[in-house]
Amino acid sequence: MTAMDMSSTAITRKTASMIDDFILKAMGAGILVAIAAGPLGCFMIWRRMAYFGDTISHSALMGVGLGLALGTANPWVIVMTCVFISAILLLLERGRKFSTDTLLGILAHSALSFGLIIIALQESLRQDMMFFLIGDILTITTDDTLGIAFMTITALAGLAYIWKSLLCITVHEDLAQVEGVNILRTKIIYMILIALLVAFSMKVIGALLITSLMIIPAAAARNISTSPFQMAIYSMLLGSISVVMGILMSAHLDIPAGPAVVLSALILFLVGWALPNRIRV
Amino acid sequence: MTDDVLPLLDLEAISLSFSGRVILENISFSVRRGEIVTLIGPNGAGKSTIMKIALGLIEPDLGHVRRAAGISIGYMPQKVTIEDILPLNVFDFLMLRIGTTAEKVNEVMELVRISHVSKTPVQRISGGEMQRVLMGRALLGDPDLIVLDEPVQGVDFNGQEELYHLIDYIRHEKNCGVLMISHDLHLVMAGTDKVICLNRHICCSGAPENIKDHPEYHALLGQKIEGITLYTHHHDHHHDSHGYVVDGDHKKDCKHD
Repeated sequence: MTAMDMSSTAITRKTASMIDDFILKAMGAGILVAIAAGPLGCFMIWRRMAYFGDTISHSALMGVGLGLALGTANPWVIVMTCVFISAILLLLERGRKFSTDTLLGILAHSALSFGLIIIALQESLRQDMMFFLIGDILTITTDDTLGIAFMTITALAGLAYIWKSLLCITVHEDLAQVEGVNILRTKIIYMILIALLVAFSMKVIGALLITSLMIIPAAAARNISTSPFQMAIYSMLLGSISVVMGILMSAHLDIPAGPAVVLSALILFLVGWALPNRIRV
Repeated sequence: MTDDVLPLLDLEAISLSFSGRVILENISFSVRRGEIVTLIGPNGAGKSTIMKIALGLIEPDLGHVRRAAGISIGYMPQKVTIEDILPLNVFDFLMLRIGTTAEKVNEVMELVRISHVSKTPVQRISGGEMQRVLMGRALLGDPDLIVLDEPVQGVDFNGQEELYHLIDYIRHEKNCGVLMISHDLHLVMAGTDKVICLNRHICCSGAPENIKDHPEYHALLGQKIEGITLYTHHHDHHHDSHGYVVDGDHKKDCKHD
């Protein structure tokens, strides 16, 4: 076999796998998730709330458990569980007895443990836990994609609606309140958007990794952005590139897609920070 | 007419404590249109806290806060720290004021003289420039009442004078009320109509020319040495470990009961 034959065989194989239906579906769903995760993640890092994302995704596992117990895989069970846990967080935060960090730690791991126990109790449905933790993007169906598309549109519309208020609160909460921003309403809407994102992307990237798809592309976008809006757009782009890179890596190297997407995002992040710094010049 | 009669802001017998520690005790004062009221007092006297109560950010344990209906308030917090992770220039920061326009922002930037840093990240401007940016933000909503928490903090002497002149100018120009916190009376003197000397309770209050000779003022803010105020805190009454005023050798003219 000549060298030329070998390379053309490789190209053919690559082309064939690229147009595989399930790969395309995976990429479509993954990009939709990345588009919602980027801007929501920007606020998460601006507000120093990375741990908040973890709390919601841990609660999502509790939602999965409850769903299994009720015999349904409906993502709304997960959404409701996440919203419930976040509502408890918002209430406790107002009490100011414990720091938010402590509260998040207590809630996140209690919800996680609760979820794991319910899942373990489902004798008939002893599923592979790995699926919930890192997702399985290659099994995405058209229905899943429609659900995710609904989530992405809602997340973007919702975020556009609270954009200025949330940014105002991020900069200075007291100032925002004096200027007439409805703090509680804005925070609740943001929380619901995160819950939606987490619930609908369980199959794409799983509870363990969704926070990283919010945080890493957003952080990677920082160095090339000069305004909040620009950073939100770049985070969508970088997230989408990570998804494509990760899925290609997954298909060719036969590695799990979720972690491959996260590692691709990490590579973009490192490249971004190796570039000359625009804000300190 | 009623505008001039009714105060923009009226605080009545405000008291607040945190876990048994008295922060504020029986504070009453008001701010009227066209009037500058300055709160002075040592660190930990509760100046920022009473300001937050006035703004409705903190609920007092006792007492009432009345803000005239429908007034717009401009607030300049003591410190605004914006993380490096948020790319935000001065213009975008000012545009965050709900209901403002690019035109108004440009106008205000001219007024507080920060147009030259319009496109500079807020993290990269000097302390003095930041104070002027915050002042600009407070002015954006065409406020009837401006509340300023240490507006000249971190500003050099000339800059301080300039800022106080600006506050005085705005007060006349817009006929708004001003409530501000300051550490000493030096520069505010000329413009201020009423000074309130605060140390958890109101030690003394009145026109600056009366206050400056008031023993409580000297007791609270120390002697002046060649134009510099030292913040040594000589008390003529005593506070116990909880901040309560306890019996001591009170001056006769001290106002609290």
